[in-house]
Amino acid sequence: MTDVGFSATRRLILQGAGAVALVGLGNIPFGPTPALAAANDKYPEEAFKAKSEADAIKALYGKTAEPSDKVKMDAPEIAENGAVVPISVTTTLADVTSISFLVSENPVVLVASYKIPAGTLPNVANRIKMAKTSNVIVVVEAGGKLYSANKEVKVTVGGCGG
Amino acid sequence: MASSIRVRATSSGETTEVQALIQHPMDSGFVKDAKGEIIPAHFIQQLTFEYDGKNVFTADWGGGVSKDPYVKFAFKGGKKGDELKISWVDNKGATDTTTAKIQ
Repeated sequence: MTDVGFSATRRLILQGAGAVALVGLGNIPFGPTPALAAANDKYPEEAFKAKSEADAIKALYGKTAEPSDKVKMDAPEIAENGAVVPISVTTTLADVTSISFLVSENPVVLVASYKIPAGTLPNVANRIKMAKTSNVIVVVEAGGKLYSANKEVKVTVGGCGG
Repeated sequence: MASSIRVRATSSGETTEVQALIQHPMDSGFVKDAKGEIIPAHFIQQLTFEYDGKNVFTADWGGGVSKDPYVKFAFKGGKKGDELKISWVDNKGATDTTTAKIQ
């Protein structure tokens, strides 16, 4: 496996030239979409390639998360259908700027990342795919720090494999 | 053509709750079809919600979001009858945009 080399390269890219990497490598599909360019929100291409939670969180936020009981995740104990697993999160943390959902056993660990502007409530519900039984991690960025919550969801029929 | 985006935005006075349901295959690029060939990745990458000229919510999605994705959030403010603008773009550069009246 070239896994080690790959993540080392990625780390170098991230550290050395994060901005350049985003503009130069990552965003080819965004060339012809002026509507989104106007919104000025870059799609975190690199984070959506990460194969581990730590790499994905690093690529997204450039720091690590600490567990917090102020992040409340609502997820089923058992998901009969891994193709559609409803997960929601609420938090009592103040100044939330971002909320992300990760599934540690998925081929791409990062599932969704939401930007929360001032005035938007730190509550998000969505539906995600799970390849198999796995930890689901929610990361909340609040006041410049990262907080996380963790829950194992058992999957009876996986939603990512053929 | 009917929009791929269905939105319900409901004002409770102080806040507006938004639910969106989008028709999209959200193929992750990891699933094989009946012939054993990989179905190429085709998923929405970014979904944005604008109210009163300001962004109120942005979703960055990967292929791990379920087919026909659903998302719910809420923001402070928002008047009944006002419009919310919703747009998405997928990894092939396709886009769709719609507006929804806050109820």
